[in-house]
Amino acid sequence: MIPEYAHFSLVLALCLSVLLAALPLIGAIRGDQQLMMTARSLATGQFIFALVSFVGLAWSFAVDDFSVITVAQNSNSLLPMRFKLSAVWGNHEGSILLWILIHAGWTLAVAVFSRQLPIDILARVLSIMGMIGVGFILFSLLTSNPFERLFPNVPGDGNDLNPLLQDIGLIIHPPLLYIGYVGFSVAFAFAIAALSTGQLDSAWARWTRPWTNVAWSFLTVGIALGSWWAYYELGWGGWWFWDPVENASFMPWLAGTALIHSLAVTEKRGVFKGWTVLLAITTFSLCLLGTFLVRSGVLTSVHAFASDPERGFFILMFLCAVIGGSLTLYALRVPTVKSYVRFSYLSREFLLLLNNVVLVVAMLTVLLGTLFPLLMDALGQGRYSVGPPYFNTLFVPLMALLFALMGLGPRARWKSTSQQQLFRPLASAAIVCIVLGVMSPLVFPGEYHFAVALGVLLSAWIIVTAFMHTHSAIYSKSESTLKWRRLRASHLGMLLGHLGMAITALGVVLTSYYSSEQDIRMQPGDAVSSGPYTITYLDDGEERVDNYLAQYVRFELSENGKTLNILRPEKRRYPTQQNIMTEAAIDAGLTRDVYVALGEKLTADAWAVRVHHKAYVRLLWLGALLMGLGGIVAVMDKRYRRARSARAARTERSAALVQSAG
Amino acid sequence: MQRLKLFLPLLIFVLLAALLFGRLGENPEYLPSALIDRTIPDFELPELHDSAKMLTPKDLRGEPGLLNVWASWCFACRVEHPFLTKIASEYGVPLYGLNYKNDIVEAQKWLREFGDPYRFHIVDRSGRLGIDLGVAGAPETFVFDRKGRIRLRHIGIVDDKVWSGTLQPLLQRLRAEQ
Repeated sequence: MIPEYAHFSLVLALCLSVLLAALPLIGAIRGDQQLMMTARSLATGQFIFALVSFVGLAWSFAVDDFSVITVAQNSNSLLPMRFKLSAVWGNHEGSILLWILIHAGWTLAVAVFSRQLPIDILARVLSIMGMIGVGFILFSLLTSNPFERLFPNVPGDGNDLNPLLQDIGLIIHPPLLYIGYVGFSVAFAFAIAALSTGQLDSAWARWTRPWTNVAWSFLTVGIALGSWWAYYELGWGGWWFWDPVENASFMPWLAGTALIHSLAVTEKRGVFKGWTVLLAITTFSLCLLGTFLVRSGVLTSVHAFASDPERGFFILMFLCAVIGGSLTLYALRVPTVKSYVRFSYLSREFLLLLNNVVLVVAMLTVLLGTLFPLLMDALGQGRYSVGPPYFNTLFVPLMALLFALMGLGPRARWKSTSQQQLFRPLASAAIVCIVLGVMSPLVFPGEYHFAVALGVLLSAWIIVTAFMHTHSAIYSKSESTLKWRRLRASHLGMLLGHLGMAITALGVVLTSYYSSEQDIRMQPGDAVSSGPYTITYLDDGEERVDNYLAQYVRFELSENGKTLNILRPEKRRYPTQQNIMTEAAIDAGLTRDVYVALGEKLTADAWAVRVHHKAYVRLLWLGALLMGLGGIVAVMDKRYRRARSARAARTERSAALVQSAG
Repeated sequence: MQRLKLFLPLLIFVLLAALLFGRLGENPEYLPSALIDRTIPDFELPELHDSAKMLTPKDLRGEPGLLNVWASWCFACRVEHPFLTKIASEYGVPLYGLNYKNDIVEAQKWLREFGDPYRFHIVDRSGRLGIDLGVAGAPETFVFDRKGRIRLRHIGIVDDKVWSGTLQPLLQRLRAEQ
């Protein structure tokens, strides 16, 4: 009965989200306090029932209830418990339920942590969140019900989880990514609420910023985890494929990054309001579009594991309602009055505007590249596939431009900065970075790569200027000392974010140019050298583990005759799905990874072996973690916890009056 | 006038939505491949039944045909095998095998058991050619023209629907091409 209870609980969650979508909004329009006050409890109720429903599905997986179709298709009694639980979202139906749960969680978080918001704004925001909830719960119930039963012929055992997904990376990657995706619905809801009331002001930007930062941080780390997973699990040693599914998560990231910066300008200076609203709508729209592209089967990719035109139709209708509706509202309601705040070409506003332009162009580049095959096919021009060459050609110059700006932006002042103020202190920094950049390729063996010089130059530029900027922010001229108290959380967050970006960029450049790979035939006793290391074939064997059979080879990794590690790549055979998986063995280090994967067994005692030497590949993910951390740290800033704003206090007071009068 | 400009994002979205609507329900199995309209990547690999004979892309030129990626470990290959046998014998379609990441003895045994409608099999033990072709798994079928250029990539099994709906018309067109 548990699946039925869980199913029923989801229906109840739907009812509550319908009420949440309607009641507080009606209250806000009519000025009815009591109706507006329902928002918080409805949000809580929606979350509780979504949680019950999710736990119900997880329970069905945990106890191997193969009468539930989703369980039968994606689990197996031999599967270890941790994978049984992660199998809950390792499939289409379950991942939508996870999406619903996370959305309900964000809605609840807004309800709980927005005490300082005026009640009418909060009511509208939660109503909009409720509408999105209605869409997704309906999607689940109507097209992808995870609780459907398979009676009377209950299978004896399940079909097993796709072996690619039986991995720690895939346990945590989707939840993090979804938290990021769905988190942008908060910024979206705030934007729509502000549009509908016409109160697009810096208070609105201040309320939106922490939510956007947290969502962005989760998305950043989620994408990085996905890349890490592809790196070690797909067995090719690649970390980014410009695959449609990757692009689907990368586009909201680019738009979200632009949004974070544009929100800063709107909060501090009260300009770019319309643009910020548009970015908030765009970012969430791209999250929905990503879901559509992945779930509808319009685009196929290595990652896609479920596609169905009927589901695609539903998501597309939902997409049209949400995006079409919000863009119409935007066009009708956004104020066209020119703001009278002026700023010069050398000001932080202008540099941040440039940053936004570059990021949006980058986002459109990815969007075009992802949809180009569809477009050409629709125009009858045949089937095309846009590969990495397109993305790399366009993306690298854009990023170079962005990095150049990143050094200037934080140093520039609001309104206007004189050339002297901006450029003089940076001149020496620029010279240092150019020298560093030009010299850097000489440190590495092999020929001189200009791309490496440029990459190091730009990364150094970001790092050096970020520290200079921090120094000048906390340096007290009168006392000639550093005042660490002056270092604010929001500044520290920016510092971490920019440093992370620089480190990721450095990792990308270095690993692209200084990695090597070789395919060789090896048998016991054979040795191969890779960089400064020697890899020696020790022995091989077979082992039966849980739900698969592993053939493994043990290699000794040594440097100058000293053993560093024993590497044990595997070839795993999963009997249930007749799948064969390559499990690479990696000796990880900050400056390099040694990556060994098994190809085919050539004879009784010889294997085809692929050995990668991946230079500095860890920097890539380390940088992303720093960026994510930066986003979270920025939220700790005091001003987001400051006592309620005057307006909020006033509204609450009048609310209290109304209530006591009533 | 000022207001009209603000409808631009909406307009872009409407066009995008129209494009996506048009694509719904299209069969996603025809994955666009980076190699469409390019020649088959270079290789020099042995033949399955005669390992002394080395095959190169030249052996695939002259006549439009199908290159089928298969392996004895691949269950779906067994499903599509009878149909491939049928189209090879009934329509005389030039059918070539790419024996992908497979043990040679196993592969030969498999063919003895189920029959061998292929003209020859390229043995890709290491999966290297598979990587160059962008093969995601078995089975996959590539359609190439008389010049040895890849014209279509089909993922999954070839059945009657795929054959009469896509592969056969395409092969007819390619035969007419000069």
